Amino acid sequence: MNTSVIVTGFGVTAPNGLGTRDYWSATLAGRSGIDRVSRFDAGRYPSRLAGEVSGFAAADHLPSRLLPQTDHMTRLALVAAELALADANVSPGDADSYGMGVVTASSAGGFEFGQRELQNLWRHGSRHVSAYQSFAWFYAVNTGQISIRHGMRGPSGVVVTDQAGGLDTVAQARRLIRKGTDLVLAGGVDGSICPWGWVAQMAGGRLSRCDDPGRAYLPFDARAAGHVPGEGGAILVLEDAEAAARRGAGPGYGEIAGYGTAFDPRPGSGGAPALPRAMELAVRDAGLSPGDIDVVFADGAAVPALDRIEADAITAMFGAGRVPVTVPKTMTGRLYAGGAALDLATALLCLRDGVIPPTINVTPEAAYGLDLVTRRPRTAPVRTALIVARGEGGFNSAMVVRRPDDE
Amino acid sequence: MNRRVVITGIGVMAPGGIGTKEFWELLSDGRTATRRISLFDPAQFRSQVAAEIDFAPEEHGLTAREVRRMDRAAQLAVVAARQALEDSGIDFDRMNPHRTGVTIGSAVGATMGLEEEYRVVSDDGREWLVDHRYSVPHLYGYLVPSSFAAEVAWAVGAEGPVALVSAGCTSGIDSVGHAVELIREGSADVMVAGAADAPISPITAACFDAIKATTPRNDDPEHASRPFDDSRNGFVLGEGAAVLVLEELTAARRRGAHIRAEIAGYATRSNAFHMTGLRPDGKEMAEAIRAALDEARLDAGDVDYVNAHGSGTKQNDRHETAAFKRSLGAHAYEVPISSIKSMIGHSLGAIGSIEIAASALAIENDLVPPTANLRHPDPECDLDYVPITAREWRTETVLTVGSGFGGFQSAMVLTNPDRRDR
Repeated sequence: MNTSVIVTGFGVTAPNGLGTRDYWSATLAGRSGIDRVSRFDAGRYPSRLAGEVSGFAAADHLPSRLLPQTDHMTRLALVAAELALADANVSPGDADSYGMGVVTASSAGGFEFGQRELQNLWRHGSRHVSAYQSFAWFYAVNTGQISIRHGMRGPSGVVVTDQAGGLDTVAQARRLIRKGTDLVLAGGVDGSICPWGWVAQMAGGRLSRCDDPGRAYLPFDARAAGHVPGEGGAILVLEDAEAAARRGAGPGYGEIAGYGTAFDPRPGSGGAPALPRAMELAVRDAGLSPGDIDVVFADGAAVPALDRIEADAITAMFGAGRVPVTVPKTMTGRLYAGGAALDLATALLCLRDGVIPPTINVTPEAAYGLDLVTRRPRTAPVRTALIVARGEGGFNSAMVVRRPDDE
Repeated sequence: MNRRVVITGIGVMAPGGIGTKEFWELLSDGRTATRRISLFDPAQFRSQVAAEIDFAPEEHGLTAREVRRMDRAAQLAVVAARQALEDSGIDFDRMNPHRTGVTIGSAVGATMGLEEEYRVVSDDGREWLVDHRYSVPHLYGYLVPSSFAAEVAWAVGAEGPVALVSAGCTSGIDSVGHAVELIREGSADVMVAGAADAPISPITAACFDAIKATTPRNDDPEHASRPFDDSRNGFVLGEGAAVLVLEELTAARRRGAHIRAEIAGYATRSNAFHMTGLRPDGKEMAEAIRAALDEARLDAGDVDYVNAHGSGTKQNDRHETAAFKRSLGAHAYEVPISSIKSMIGHSLGAIGSIEIAASALAIENDLVPPTANLRHPDPECDLDYVPITAREWRTETVLTVGSGFGGFQSAMVLTNPDRRDR
């Protein structure tokens, strides 16, 4: 019998809201965090919009000694972790330190920090490189810093699966909890909004070149032409349901009921996309059938060929127009390793309040056959949600969450 | 019910050891592959020594396109994966791709490719607003190193769970540990698992210079890596990859596979102390060792050989010695311990998988590789580190450990599977 793993808290750092309350009210109101890039002068680049966490002053949240040794995205991650623990009412100091782990997703590490040090090296010479470069930019930095800050000495790690990472880390956390760790902080907070990161992201060929925040990221729309990148994400507190009950934590936001992952066939091989398989694995792992799923949080690539694959996967599993589908990341942009973790937190809020947040700006292309929740939030009894995430290169993951009283 | 996981194929790309045979000969002979850096001009750096691979990717069957789009670390991973596949004797065309997965570990990803491309788009650091018109199409694959795992998946035809695992210098152990777990839980039947790093680049050299982690013994590169020696003064940067084919034991036996070793236990812990510093008591590494032995259902006294992290920094070797004493008790003084980093340097995230390969080969050959260059032991490192010469030694159970920036401490236990059946 497998242990039930529940989410007892989370912390959100999103372009349209820092902290769960601000984020959720903005999301239900359809308020977007996408705007012109402010962190550097993007005027010379073909893509100029981003979802930045505005109004974030790291010094308000973190001790000053951490500032010189951390990249912007690590500061956001540290804040998200702290918010998550507070939300779950956990004081790590009170618990067995080996019973708590940290698993985060990463895509590019602390890239802005890295750009500065590369510049120091090539412009001024090797002696000008920061002593913090050895860890401030690498992929394991957020896990390391969070574990140190909160004294968590249990099994920890980092998963890099491009934009599917936010779900893969939560799956890994569930695995660790099933093997005996009581509590794991998991998720992703990411972002590389600096000139060097921007150019590297543009090379992926999926960034929108539109200058109008209301038209730049339009998944499942006939006008879809790429996405807007963003920064931020979410860190979640996952616990063994019994251990959580022992500490009097209550049922939490919901259970991580199912997970599946599958990798696409080699490009050019002509094989079928693996996304449907990841979704089926997740639903089956939850012990459910497609009819039990009340809402789908779609990946929403906004690249026509990819939107087609996802829409086909959804209609094949549920039937055309048979399940509400939403893409709240239309309000934040794609947060790379943070995106799917934020979608998961959003899905849990949707379960809690029985309201599906909207996909903004999009006029659904009818040929996709989706019941896309647009314009306004939709009230509905939501017991379960399926979250879908894809990463460049062929990564496909899906996760099912279930409301606590729906066991 | 309990699915046991075994190694049925090994591929290694190590300095001085391309392929398993050459790699094992180097270790058995106690030869070193450390030398003055040739991959770039190291004149301005404090440490000018590294363990490099003489690697021509075209000679290993990579096409011009593959060479162009893959960072050196990804190239090493793909070559090692193909070796492992061949070694396993599995007919991959008859495998179920959905039940085959990939995990690749890497600490620093495509750092070489990123630095080369950075130099171009920034005009050698002159421009903060770097020029996108000079960037290459595969730059996104350098930005996000899950591209390494994707390349290996394409090379072997895997369509099951695929991921890159990155926990600093324990990545190579954690990647294989993750793969073992996926087979045990039933998410995959075959995993192609390992790690790769190619960090011998100016930016990596500069960042280790800045914290004096690498050795400045530039006048004697062949003897620069001196784990547990009193004169040690830092590690020697290395590069490489090792990839293993992992299978469920009964399936491996059914197809008559050559089983190299069983992975019987794995655990990782964090020190929650410092991103680069270690507390001298070795407590968290000891905890990881104990947990890995527990999972393997073995006692400290069952360990026949310890493949140490042994990086050759002042703090690591003492930290680790303390961890062995704490976890193995009196047996710590009896069991042979050695660091192959004395010969092939420290290839960051890759080394953990390379050391797993060495551990499996130690079991297969009943031979413990030596710690080269260990002539004057640090009085605080007072265990048996098998100095200079390899030792013929009945080896059925090996403990291999790693310690990494970020505070990660990992341990893995490998056994001769026949032993466990007896």
